[in-house]
Amino acid sequence: MKSRKIRVLIAKPGLDGHDRGAKVIARGLRDAGMEVVYLGLHLTPEHIVEAAIQEDVDIIGLSCLSGAHMALFPKTVRLFKEKSRRQVLFIGGGIIPDKDVPRLKEAGIDRVFGPGTPISKIVDFIKTSLEVKSDSGKN
Amino acid sequence: MKTTGREDKQMEEVAERKKEFRTTVDGTAVKRVYTTADLEEFEKDDSLPGDYPFTRHIMPSGYRGRLWTMRQYAGFATVEETNRRYKYLFEQGNTGFSVAFHLPTQMGYDSDHPMAVGEVGRCGVAIDSLQDMEELWEGIPLADVSTSMTINATAPIIMAMYIAAAEKQGTDRSQLAGTIQNDILKEYIARNTYIFAPEPSMRLVTDLCAYCAQEMPKWNSLSICGYHMRDAGATAIQEAAFTLADGIAYVQAMLDRGMDVDSFAPRFSFMMACNINLLEEVAKFRAMRRKWARIMKERFSARNPRSMMFRFHVQGDGSTLTKQQPLNNIVRVTIETLASVLAGCQSAHACSYDEALALPSEEAVQLSLRTQQIIAHESGVADTVDPLGGSYYVEWLTNHIEQEVQKYIELIDRMGGAVEAVKSGYIQKEIARSAYDYQLAVDSGEQIVVGVNKFTTAEESGLELFEIPEGGEKKQIERLKRMRLKRNNQKVRQVLGEVRRRAAGSENIMPAMVEAVKAYATAGEISDALRDVFGEYREPIILA
Repeated sequence: MKSRKIRVLIAKPGLDGHDRGAKVIARGLRDAGMEVVYLGLHLTPEHIVEAAIQEDVDIIGLSCLSGAHMALFPKTVRLFKEKSRRQVLFIGGGIIPDKDVPRLKEAGIDRVFGPGTPISKIVDFIKTSLEVKSDSGKN
Repeated sequence: MKTTGREDKQMEEVAERKKEFRTTVDGTAVKRVYTTADLEEFEKDDSLPGDYPFTRHIMPSGYRGRLWTMRQYAGFATVEETNRRYKYLFEQGNTGFSVAFHLPTQMGYDSDHPMAVGEVGRCGVAIDSLQDMEELWEGIPLADVSTSMTINATAPIIMAMYIAAAEKQGTDRSQLAGTIQNDILKEYIARNTYIFAPEPSMRLVTDLCAYCAQEMPKWNSLSICGYHMRDAGATAIQEAAFTLADGIAYVQAMLDRGMDVDSFAPRFSFMMACNINLLEEVAKFRAMRRKWARIMKERFSARNPRSMMFRFHVQGDGSTLTKQQPLNNIVRVTIETLASVLAGCQSAHACSYDEALALPSEEAVQLSLRTQQIIAHESGVADTVDPLGGSYYVEWLTNHIEQEVQKYIELIDRMGGAVEAVKSGYIQKEIARSAYDYQLAVDSGEQIVVGVNKFTTAEESGLELFEIPEGGEKKQIERLKRMRLKRNNQKVRQVLGEVRRRAAGSENIMPAMVEAVKAYATAGEISDALRDVFGEYREPIILA
């Protein structure tokens, strides 16, 4: 399974238009050698899931700064799992109060990165997590 | 170079903590000290405050007459809650209102639309119909207040609702004072609450401006924004240049409709960000005042000095606030507000220290207002006009920024103006590049952010965060459904037909909007009528 680049989808579900973070992360992951599909703004969870399946991605990154994350992130995970059996890593970003993080984890968001996170930290997390996932896949 | 022992010793004494010092406006080197010699290459500007080109202030007396307006942006959940918050702010000495609308209202969806799920009452107040607007202002006489409304793609609808709500209170639209943002170009660039393509959107913007010019002499029909570009990562020079380029596009569009420049330009104002670099920000605003005055006089032949005045509202740049060690943000907000005042803003919103974590709590909002009041009444900076004018560095920076802004404007002119530069994605790309460069500088430690990449601590903040009351979404949807049953639906169909007819033609859309909202057609329904004619826009994907 070597030489296939890590494939990432970055998307903004809902109506929030703050896309600085999403774009910076998309560019940063691309510069770290990943293949990034930046899907853009104003998307429904359905649309994101469809694109993720079509693009055969390893990671789905969701960003929301409007406070609608509790409605949109878990729904995206749920729809994806209904439609695909692929092991995918879900990461979230935006203005996410700490108290929501455990609930998002329960709903299947593997990690939430808030404002001020260095890109390298996200890259490391992705690489480590995918190694773990592919190892456990072998057993 | 030959040196004496004494100079060597001096050099040693001043061993500097960085190899090079650079501005954040464009990375130009900052010299150790500035003198009159640094100003020689620029055209001399000895103007006084209140005199063209208004570099020092638009009014001769600055804040000695009247302080800036302390306008705190607020709005959340349903109209009852927001109404309560407004009354509270008013009692605390807030001298103007600023309405935050929830995203569905901004994007032309009713609260029961599938796209609105999870967003109802989140970033602002839910306004679906005139009924909501009436109740938002319940007990607050619109004749006596000034209101700023952050609304763009659906600005004509919300303006119509405000007019109709005032009328119900017995106040004619000609008496209303305030500002509607109505700046669609920056939505494509940064804020992203657009619905239609740039051309029909520009038509709606100018319809509203033309209507206000005729009917509402005290209303600011357009607030040209740099704030959101800065928040998205633009440098100070990019923020200034792209904002003025947008301003040029709007003025040109109004002239193209056959309007006289002095009939509308005095009612155009600006909304800008203030970042943390105090001297750079002061210089930016001084440069913008001078540049806008020159553009209006030289390019557009304005005769009324009011058309040439760069009047601006400032908000501290939200992107400078950190989630880590949130109390540090109190200091950042203070510096940013101080810079805004030293620069001569007409009104200011001080951010709250908890904004990188959640919507601000009441306590945090009060502290922001107190920050403004301390600067106004204790610091002394409001007692003389443009106190930093004459500082060699600030004057040099003012000139430098103006010069670089001019280069961008010329480039955008060659592209065919701001509308074209937006459609091609040029402006978005410039900003995305700056945002990425900044992130790299922070990640590498070259740009220090206290508490984030230096002087960090492991502790959690432990702040009491504001939480949106539960159940607002359900309540709002029920209200909306009840309202739809009560109104005359045949009349609604008729008024929406008129909106469609005007949208397809060239008559000003505003009278049809006012009739439509009076019949209780909702923001979503009216937006759909416009979608029928204009279609929807999807942005080009631009990463940098």
